[in-house]
Amino acid sequence: MLVLEDVHVYYGAIHALKGISFQVNQGEIVTLIGSNGAGKSTSLKTISGLLRPKQGKMTFNGEDLGSIPPQNVVAKGISQVPEGRRVFANMTVMENLDMGAFLRKDKSGIKKDVERVFELFPRLKERKSQVAGTLSGGEQQMLAMGRALMSKPQLMLLDEPSMGLAPILVKQIFDIIKEINAQGTTILLVEQNAHMALSVANRAYVLETGKIVLGGEAKELAASEEVRKAYLGG
Amino acid sequence: MGHILQQFSQQAVNGLSLGSIYALIALGYTMVYGIVKLINFAHGDVMMVGAYLGWIATTQLHWSFLPALFFAMVVSAILGMLIERIAYKPLRNASRIAALITAIGVSLFLEYGGMLLVTAQVQTYPPVFPETVYNVAGIMFKYGDVVMLVTSVVLMFLLHFTVQYTKVGKSMRAVSFDKDAALLMGVNVNNTISATFAIGSALAGAAGVLMGVYFNTIDPLMGIIPGLKAFVAAVLGGIGIIPGAMVGGLVLGLTEAFVSGLGASTWRDAVAFLILILVLIIKPTGLFGKNVREKV
Repeated sequence: MLVLEDVHVYYGAIHALKGISFQVNQGEIVTLIGSNGAGKSTSLKTISGLLRPKQGKMTFNGEDLGSIPPQNVVAKGISQVPEGRRVFANMTVMENLDMGAFLRKDKSGIKKDVERVFELFPRLKERKSQVAGTLSGGEQQMLAMGRALMSKPQLMLLDEPSMGLAPILVKQIFDIIKEINAQGTTILLVEQNAHMALSVANRAYVLETGKIVLGGEAKELAASEEVRKAYLGG
Repeated sequence: MGHILQQFSQQAVNGLSLGSIYALIALGYTMVYGIVKLINFAHGDVMMVGAYLGWIATTQLHWSFLPALFFAMVVSAILGMLIERIAYKPLRNASRIAALITAIGVSLFLEYGGMLLVTAQVQTYPPVFPETVYNVAGIMFKYGDVVMLVTSVVLMFLLHFTVQYTKVGKSMRAVSFDKDAALLMGVNVNNTISATFAIGSALAGAAGVLMGVYFNTIDPLMGIIPGLKAFVAAVLGGIGIIPGAMVGGLVLGLTEAFVSGLGASTWRDAVAFLILILVLIIKPTGLFGKNVREKV
């Protein structure tokens, strides 16, 4: 579904991604793990078009992704839940969800998807006319995910959904990620919480300073000595 | 006592009509700042162009007020978009000071380019409205003042509706809050910025026509002082905040009217700026501003 081949990305003079290649297949949950600055968020931003690869090839369902402007990527069926949630804090919960469906015109379909989001996140329904800036961190994460679902994505990119959340909320969010996947959305997940990420993912890649150093079945990686030492605390 | 109250109400009426023009100009400043964080110093000059467009429409083409207003708004909107595309867009990722200096350059270009085109001579607006004066309980309402006030209120209402409920408005709010997040939703940021310039400039063009009608005379440098005052109004209300610009404009207009009414009309600009300074000392983000922590 999504294939990256030897992708290089720079921030000015800084070589952030040094030729990474990986793929995500339809229906999977794939996770990129690694420490701070390894290039996880950079990878997601490159896929969603916010950053441009200087070299390499990116395709989605066989279509070239590297050259289309970021506002058109979502129309292809890829939607991103950005790091730090980035909800529109000055808009209500409902308006945020509407923004998620910005490019859609099927009113009844949108309505149905709002209901679906409220089923996944009943808290959002309670707060639908509340301004997003007044929500708690966990609720904002839910809103960011709900907003991303509103574009009816085939592939959802999740950037650090556990960041800054209490353990019980992290568990809840990951359960919902599994649920969203079970309902048919493919997921590419970036996480520092490697333990959680490996527990829900089918496959995983380990990033270190802009390169993929390991890849394989999530279960195998979770059991491997190297990963345990470096990312799972023993 | 009755006399004082009557005087007070009369100045309030004058202040509101002048203030509503300031508000119209201030809205453009504030919208553009909200979306590209640029103080568009050429904005007052777009208003001047609007005044000339209205003048051409009424004197040369012999149109009546409404078509002239509409014409001025449409052409000003196109001018605003062109200014953005040609002068500001190439500098979008440059330092803010570069964009600011460019804005001053565009302002001078419009002022002196305008002089070249229509000469520096003062032109007189034709009497667009009948000289009717309504006397309501001793307070004089000039026909023109009423039309001005109504026009401004209608335009502000339209703007409010556009920003709150239409797709363009929603994308404007989204882009001004978080450009990258808006991109991820599929919002076309370039088009949204163009639309913002178009709407702001259309309001300035309308203000220009009203200004011409109000003061009767227009010249290529007429945009400077009202432009500055509208900027003050925008900052007073909290730059980037639309209701702030409306209230800031009205406060400024009322202040000027009251100071003039007290017989100190030479002091009115000084008092207006004094109020700005006081507000900024007490509340640096303006009347409607929120304290926003810079995100890292």
